[in-house]
Amino acid sequence: MTTSPKPAPKPTPDTQPFWDGTAAGELRVQRCLTCSRHYFYPRPSCPRCGSGDVEWVTASGRATLYSYVINHRPAPGFQDDGPYAIAVVELEEGVRMMTNIVGVDITPENLRLDMPLRVVFEQRGDVRVPLFEPAGALR
Amino acid sequence: MNIVIAGAAETDHLGKLPHYSAIGLQLEAARNALADAGLTKDDVDGVAAVGMPGPVQVAHALGVTPAWLDGTGVGGSSFLFHVRHAVAAIRAGLCHTVLITHGESGRSHVGAGRFGLGADSLLGQFELPYGVFGPATTFTVTALRYMKETGLTHEQLAEVAVAQRRWAHLNPRAMMRDLITVDDVLASRMVAYPFHLLECCLVTDGGGALVVTSEERARALGVRKPLVHVLGTGESADSPIVSQMEDFTTSKAFRRSSEAAFAEAKIDHADVDHLMIYDAFAHVPIYGLEDMGFVGRGEAGAFIAEGHTSPGGRLPMNTNGGGLSYTHTGMYGMFAILESVRQLRGEAAAQVPDVELGVVLGNGGMFMSAATLVLANRRP
Repeated sequence: MTTSPKPAPKPTPDTQPFWDGTAAGELRVQRCLTCSRHYFYPRPSCPRCGSGDVEWVTASGRATLYSYVINHRPAPGFQDDGPYAIAVVELEEGVRMMTNIVGVDITPENLRLDMPLRVVFEQRGDVRVPLFEPAGALR
Repeated sequence: MNIVIAGAAETDHLGKLPHYSAIGLQLEAARNALADAGLTKDDVDGVAAVGMPGPVQVAHALGVTPAWLDGTGVGGSSFLFHVRHAVAAIRAGLCHTVLITHGESGRSHVGAGRFGLGADSLLGQFELPYGVFGPATTFTVTALRYMKETGLTHEQLAEVAVAQRRWAHLNPRAMMRDLITVDDVLASRMVAYPFHLLECCLVTDGGGALVVTSEERARALGVRKPLVHVLGTGESADSPIVSQMEDFTTSKAFRRSSEAAFAEAKIDHADVDHLMIYDAFAHVPIYGLEDMGFVGRGEAGAFIAEGHTSPGGRLPMNTNGGGLSYTHTGMYGMFAILESVRQLRGEAAAQVPDVELGVVLGNGGMFMSAATLVLANRRP
């Protein structure tokens, strides 16, 4: 069932807990119980120390803007958005993920690197994807 | 055992070629490279090619029954990987003469599907939902971070395109040949801020091929073209999706592959007469110059702006015009190797005087994989 024409991810066994989290309004990442580091994207062992002893934790949802582009030639599903930001954010837990920035006019002036952000969720087909808006911004 | 590139050629035409299929481009390039070497398909016992159509189809279509195959497909750097793997295979006695082919209907999409990645792939789950639309919106995402941390300016980024167009201006086969200024670049259409159209690579159809063999066999078979020696090679990889690249301001794969190639060739930067750095977008040569160690961190933008990589400069770079102005089929690495070979043979359109040693850096995907070749027109 598609509620949006934008591309929707399809979970795998490795990533299901992440998408279960977003459906519940939580941003979940993995943490290694051996070396205590968080990591992303989901996978069954720690990329730093190789341990398979890992757990899922709920991230704070706070992040900063690491880098981005403003796309002027929209992908399928994004035709009505105008120029939009394809961003990479750094979570408070130290991991990064790609996302879109919402809740602000998309201009270079409004998108300062390292500005504080917070997670919001948007329904895409059967799943909810994490997007980020400026922390403190009015929606 | 000295390994050489004995044959090297492109397809007859590059650009918009809707009357060619992808396999047709590969076969024309293969025939041209064999003719360049003065060899026939019966001299070939190893075949390397990327993906679909892959090495089996290329070998079968050519009428070669291979003793060795390589289908390594790690993006546009794959052909540099193939050269490295061919060197090892020939030295190991697995085969004697390897044909490496590239042909891509990147613009016309004839006889080859476009990239198809499922919604359950890494890219499909963690990048495609955010409206990425090809390399112009993904390869580029590192640049603002690099600019913030090093002070690279928008004008310096534009200078990369300006410098390479100076070379393309001298090359009749280049697709874009008119000289341009920084203002022209900054006034061109915004594709994905901070990248303007002229800071993005072309999209073309075309192909190229190489014949790799031992120096001994090349001489025995009577190869007449100057032999290009493979002095050193390296390969590495970073993240399969750009958002998970360890550091957005430097390519680990560029560094690792280049350190390995320089060490094997026992060369220093001062030995390099000519340089090819895969330039899908204007920031990539900047990363390459720094990650290979030709300049210090944050210095590449000024280095290019000062003209050091332009005609008459002390480090001639991307002398065919590069992916920004010459051609870019989608996997540009083959064309970077071929221009290095032409320069070392003294037969390039924009020939640099006295080139004896060249280095080629290939990129695959969005800073996903990299390989480096050190080539020379003399023995190690």
